[in-house]
Order: sequence, then C-alpha cells, then structure tokens
Amino acid sequence: MARALMTGNAAIGEAAIRAGCRCYFGYPITPQNELTEYMATNLSRRKGCSFIQAESEIAAINMVYGASLVGARAMTSSSSPGISLKQEGISYLAACELPAVIVNMSRGGPGLGSIVAAQSDYFQATRGGGHGDYRTIVLGPSSVQELADLTYKAFDLSDKYKIPVIILGDGVLGQMMEPVEFKYEAPAELPIRSDALRGAKGRPSKYIKTFTSNPAELEEINWSLFRRYELIKREETAWETFLSEDAELIVVAFGIAARIAKGAIKTARASGLKVGLLRPITLWPFPNEAVKELAKRVKYYLVFEMNMGQMIEDVQLALEGKGEVSFYGRPGGVVPTPSEVSRVISRLYYQKGLK
Amino acid sequence: MKKIYSRPKSLKRTTFHYCPGCGHSIVHRLICEVIDEMNLQDKAIGIPPPGCAVFAYYYFDVDMAESAHGRGAAVATGVKRAFPEAIVFTYQGDGDLAAIGTAETIHAANRKENITSIFINNAVYGMTGGQMAPTTLSGQKTTTTPYGREDNLEGYPLKMSDIIAVVKGAVYVERCAVNSPANIRKTKKAIRKAFQTQIDGLGFSLVEILSPCPTNWRMSPIEAWQWIDDVMSKEFPLGVIKDITGGKDAD
Repeated sequence: MARALMTGNAAIGEAAIRAGCRCYFGYPITPQNELTEYMATNLSRRKGCSFIQAESEIAAINMVYGASLVGARAMTSSSSPGISLKQEGISYLAACELPAVIVNMSRGGPGLGSIVAAQSDYFQATRGGGHGDYRTIVLGPSSVQELADLTYKAFDLSDKYKIPVIILGDGVLGQMMEPVEFKYEAPAELPIRSDALRGAKGRPSKYIKTFTSNPAELEEINWSLFRRYELIKREETAWETFLSEDAELIVVAFGIAARIAKGAIKTARASGLKVGLLRPITLWPFPNEAVKELAKRVKYYLVFEMNMGQMIEDVQLALEGKGEVSFYGRPGGVVPTPSEVSRVISRLYYQKGLK
Repeated sequence: MKKIYSRPKSLKRTTFHYCPGCGHSIVHRLICEVIDEMNLQDKAIGIPPPGCAVFAYYYFDVDMAESAHGRGAAVATGVKRAFPEAIVFTYQGDGDLAAIGTAETIHAANRKENITSIFINNAVYGMTGGQMAPTTLSGQKTTTTPYGREDNLEGYPLKMSDIIAVVKGAVYVERCAVNSPANIRKTKKAIRKAFQTQIDGLGFSLVEILSPCPTNWRMSPIEAWQWIDDVMSKEFPLGVIKDITGGKDAD
C-alpha cells in the first residue's frame, strides 16, 4: 500500500506505524475517531506494539509518557476539549525532555463547542499549552499527503530534540479523503534511546523527574530547555510560499485555511490581482524570517484564520510594524469558501489602492 | 561476627527526609529488601508520586520516573506495555491513588495490567500539610476538616482496596500496616507476593499499607502506631481482600 485513498485520520495512523510508532493510547472524540480506530485495527495486534482505548484523555497522555520513558515511539490523538485535558501530561513530557507525538484534529470551541473544523487552538498549541515555561514543536499540515509526511517528521523531530511534537490539524483534514503516498518505512527495530529507562542492568540506576526544591536547579532546567528551543528555531522552521514573487498583497494562512486561501488566490490572480500566500508549516517555531524577508518588498498582509485572530499576533510580531496587517476570520466551525475569501482579498486590494 | 541486619543493596546510602515516626521509610526499606531477595534491581522500574514520597528516586537504587499526581497507574501501564520485561511498581499515597487517580487505578486494574501498586494510606495529605484525604476517618480533624470529617458534608472514608478488589482484573489485593514488628513482617510478605504475582504474569496487584503520619496526626510516633490499631484498622481491616493468584493462600 504505497499509494492509497484515505481519510486524513487514517493516513496519520498508517504513517505513524510506518514511522515505527509502537504505542498508541487514545480516547474517543469526534472528529478524530478514525485515527483511534485505525490503530485499533492495524497496531493493536502487531508484535511488540500496544494499543489502549484509555479511560480518559489524561490517562492516555500519561500512558504515552510511560511508553516514552522506556524508549518507545508513542502517540496519542484527540480533538480540542480532549487536548485541554492532555495539557498536564504534555507539560510533564516537555519538562522531562521526552519525545511524544500528539495529534489535535481541532474543532470549534470554546467549551464542548462543535465537532466541525476550526483553528481556535492555535494559541494553546503554540504557547506551550499547559503550565510552565515550555514550548512544543507544532506542525500545521494542509493536505492528507502532508499529514502523512509530517507524521514521519513529527516522530523524527521529537526524538531528535527530545520534545513533544503537536500535529495541529482540524476536522476537515481529518475527515476528508485524498490520495496519499507513503514514502517512508522505519526499520523493523528502531534503536532504543540511550537515555531510556530500561532497568539498572550493567549501569547505575537513573531517574527522570521534574520536581526540585532548589529554584536555581529549576532555573537551569528552564535555561537548558530554552537553549534547545533556540536551536529548533534556527534549524527546523518550515514554510511554503505560493505566487509570492511579484505579490503586492500576501495572504498568511495555515492548515486547511491555507488550502482555501490558495483557491481564493487563484481566483484573484485570474482577475489580475498580484496576490500570494505565505503558509507556515511549523506553527512553532513560527517562520519569522520568512515574514521579514517578504516585508522588504511587500507592504500589505491579510491574515486569514478559522478563528477570531490568533496567528495574526505572530505575523504582527514578525513584521515589527513594517507592514500593514488586515484580518479575516470565521470562528466556531464555519468553513469559509474560496470565493468568500477571494471577495475579501479583492476588496482589500482595491481599498489599499493596489489597483 | 555474623552480620544479620544491613542496608538493602537497592536502598541508596543516604538520609531519608521523612519525619520521625513516618511509615514511608519503613515501606521503602521493605520494598528494597524484596527487590534484593527477588533479584529485581536490574529490571525494576518504580513510579513515585507527587507528595511526601516524591523523592523516592533519591532512595531506591532502581530506575524510577516521577508521575503526575494520580497518574501512576497510567504511567506504569505505558511503561509495562512498551517494556514488558520490566517489573513495574507504582508507589502512591491515598490522595494520589484514591482521589485524583481513582480512574487511572480502577481502569489499570480492570485491564489486568501486570503491574504492582503500593498504596500508602495515612489518612491525610501529608506533604501539603495535613488536609483531608479520601481515607480520612469520620470525625477526624484535619486542616480542611477542622470540625472533624462529617460524613454528610465531606463524605465517608473511601475503601479503595475493596473497590479495586471487585474489579475482575485485580488478582491480588491485601491491606497491611507498618505499626508493629509483626505487621511490618506481614507487609513485607504481601509486597513480595504482589511482585511475585507480576513476575508470574497474573495481573494487577495492590498492597495497601496503613502508615503512621505522627506530624499531621499531631501525635507521638508511639501514639500513631497505637491509633492505627485502635482506630484506623477498625475502618480499614487488615488482611487479604482478594487473592485469585491460584497459590496455596489464594481464595
């Protein structure tokens, strides 16, 4: 099955198994159930692997923590309200410098919200999310193919930097079917991380902990985390540009909104408007340099999100006042159409006197 | 001269931070004696909780990892599922196992996770300064039940081991105490049996240990030992609650 027609949720499952994910722990919540079900079907009876439908989101993330402690590639997935419950565990994973992959097929909020796609968890995902001064790598795919590709990447980044990685999708990405090619297959047995707890055999015992009664020690732990975050910012920031070379207006959008924006930009281009796209692929680290580079030439920006304006703050921070930023957003699970967004683009284009 | 008593090999040579008369240090030692006797030092992975025993990793000379409050059974589940060769035990207090971690504990037992939980019941939240625990006795004064725990307002003492015992996947549950040499010996026997249950791959085992907390009980160590006999063990009777391990002592 190198190439298949699959839902985004199932594609993550297949990519995770191919990436050497040995443990999946989840809890039912719409719109990500197909992923849990895929793992129940395809991982649970696999030799050396484990699948548990946990009693709660909290238990699931702590099982991931346990599996990661002993060196297994482990994953959990959920959707917005469930991700809130997982934040305790994510904070511990970050503090203990443990790899883990967490998928958020986000839905409308706040509260129980709706089961429809939304991007209202951007703040939660990119600001750490739980308690304490930490970050996670956040990947924002915008197609089923990219869900698969970024799932492999999530496991690799997570192991490389010993950091939890969030894949921030949404209900549309999770549910829609597209052709997807699986380009990667991990070796049957991955090496066990050298820092994993495997019992004190042939070495002194060791422990993994976060608590300390010494503020100076905790400060150094925070500094050490932040040194790694700086390295990640330098090495791993990823983005895509589309028709941006001659653009006078740049739309900034991520995930499924970027997909919608692409359609809108094509329509705008057809009527002669010079519009391009910047799509952050890593939401944390945010592609500040890409924004700064564009700002040398482009003055006008339209941030389009399926929320009331969250990523816009990162765009404004990156621009440092050097551009003019407008915003269009639909919260609550309303999915705007490309023609709706193209109307917003052309209105802004004419208002700013670009044509 | 024959040496008849010494520090267990798997107990680190350091000073406990526990208060005088606290039961934790006794239980630590018992677990380490069992780990030594069963030759488990190189395959044991312990999961200590937030609370007084948070520094257990400074004392046990085995691999250990801190758990978030109450999540010990879920963390141990992940460890054991990903690394079945390990002998995995959680070390949890009453607030941890019977309040915030109730769900994790019950469901780990129900999945018949092949892990061992050592459950310290001292009827209070110790490290935070003696607040009401789920196991606080009716009428008992704590910092959050200053008028005495009133059943209708603050609930009854929760018998978590009895709850676990009715879960099908739990195969061995015993309640012990560390308030006399005889009870300490029984406790060690129970810990040993719980580890053996795991080694034999039989399923979830839990040993509840009534443990003195003289500091928060506002008692002397001797009074605390006596209180376990006179009051606490009346509410939480000692003995095997469930044993379907199939051994000669089994139900």
